[in-house]
Amino acid sequence: MSALSVEGLKAGYDPDLAIVKGVDFSVDYGEAVCILGPNGAGKSTMIKAIAGLVPILGGSVNLGKNSVAGLPPHALVRQGLGFVPQTENIFTRLTILENLQIAAQLLPAPDRRSRIDAMLDMFPDLGSRPGEIAGALSGGQRQMLAAARALLTEPEVLVLDEPSAGLSPKLVGQVFETLRRISDAGVTLVLVEQNVRAALALTGRALVLVDGQLAHDGPTDDLRDNRLLGELFLGHRAKGPSA
Amino acid sequence: MNPQAFIDGLIAGSTIGLGAIGLTLAYSILRFANFTHGDFLAWGAYLTLTVSGLLGGLAAGLGAPVHPFSFGWGLPLAILGGAALTVLLALGLDRILFGRLRARGADVIIIVMASFGASMALRSLLEFIFTAKPVYFTNALQIAKPLGLGMRATPDQLLVIGMTAVLVVGLHLIVTQTATGRAMRAVSENPALAGVYGIDVAQIVRITWVIGAGLACIAGVMAGLLVQIRPYMGFDLLLPLFAAAILGGIGSIPGAMLGGLIIGLAEAFTVQIIGAEWRAAVSFIILVLVLMLRPQGLFGRKEA
Repeated sequence: MSALSVEGLKAGYDPDLAIVKGVDFSVDYGEAVCILGPNGAGKSTMIKAIAGLVPILGGSVNLGKNSVAGLPPHALVRQGLGFVPQTENIFTRLTILENLQIAAQLLPAPDRRSRIDAMLDMFPDLGSRPGEIAGALSGGQRQMLAAARALLTEPEVLVLDEPSAGLSPKLVGQVFETLRRISDAGVTLVLVEQNVRAALALTGRALVLVDGQLAHDGPTDDLRDNRLLGELFLGHRAKGPSA
Repeated sequence: MNPQAFIDGLIAGSTIGLGAIGLTLAYSILRFANFTHGDFLAWGAYLTLTVSGLLGGLAAGLGAPVHPFSFGWGLPLAILGGAALTVLLALGLDRILFGRLRARGADVIIIVMASFGASMALRSLLEFIFTAKPVYFTNALQIAKPLGLGMRATPDQLLVIGMTAVLVVGLHLIVTQTATGRAMRAVSENPALAGVYGIDVAQIVRITWVIGAGLACIAGVMAGLLVQIRPYMGFDLLLPLFAAAILGGIGSIPGAMLGGLIIGLAEAFTVQIIGAEWRAAVSFIILVLVLMLRPQGLFGRKEA
């Protein structure tokens, strides 16, 4: 059984204008998958639909054996989905600790403190100043707090929307190192990313989305030297699925 | 200058501050200026009066004044019933009107105009049911006792100030120290992200209505106890409520309370120094000055 399976997914903000136009894929437990594609391909819309933030217009989404299409975001978190948005992914007016305490409310009361401590240990930059207002954190530290928040509830599947967006090369390295540790710990990862090289290095499988449809689904090794990727990221439309 | 204006301002400011807290919570979490909030004050007062009457019918002793106050044990009990009914009114209005507009993704101005219409309907309904004739929680007369420094106040007035202080401190602790309070602050900052964090946003919206309508009821009872109960009592307080909420900074509970006290004191001193006919202008002048000079208010955050 897959950790996450999507069949015939159509999604968009306007019922008459699907941005994601019928996508099928599945992700096994412990697998790390990246979703690539040119700007406007529908990558972020697709994972936001999976996370309950964009209306699903058709198809199904399953987390494990549970059908979750159309559930509100808070219910999906309880079903084991962790989602880290690209921007505005922490509460900047709350402290680091309060951000984690909110997420910890989903856990049984006796486990909350230990899970928060585990996250603060995993991310020492956060652990050294839990009482600081999150709005004072740097871009990379914010991504780490967002990841810590999502991991705190031990999700079955962690979905991230462009975690390196807007970060300096040094911070990108830190974020991907963190994601590597998360993946090595056995968490199922689904990653939308514009930094193709970093995404391909982290994950074992890549999905390429073009104009709301799946143009490629295969091992990342197949794509490393693939000219299709260059064409896609230069903004040219793919002619069809590559082998 | 007569120092009595100070105590008069504190008394009026307590009612305004308590009402403004509900308004500021609704504004920061529901994201619209709720014109029905003033009517929740009036409905709260009338519903409490009705429950008080029913309790008095059941047990006559409940209406006998408890020294040194002008009311009996029936009123505190009736506030519980009145607040519960006011909360039901607010939740019902959200279910049939505001909630539907939110679900449709209606613009804020549409929701504001809907609240304006609902406010008029609620006020008219109140007048239709209870008539425009003022009514009172009690007919007992109280003599204001000297407090020192030339100030005087009745026991009811001092109770209103004390009760307001307890409610504001309690609510501030709830919002800053509890999981529900953290969730409310999170929804206030970013409702979509709150869902991603696992917060049931619809539940937080309901809690906001419960707190706002409950406080509105208590503020209405305070105003009714110290002055009189009229269908337009909430409407008349609407401008001071908005002025206090904006002066304090939208979303700030201490700010709304402080804003209410400043408005109350400004009104009281204006009455004494300039004249009673200028009282209604005070809130408007303060509101305009704040919007022009410091739109984020005393405790609000500047928009990025």
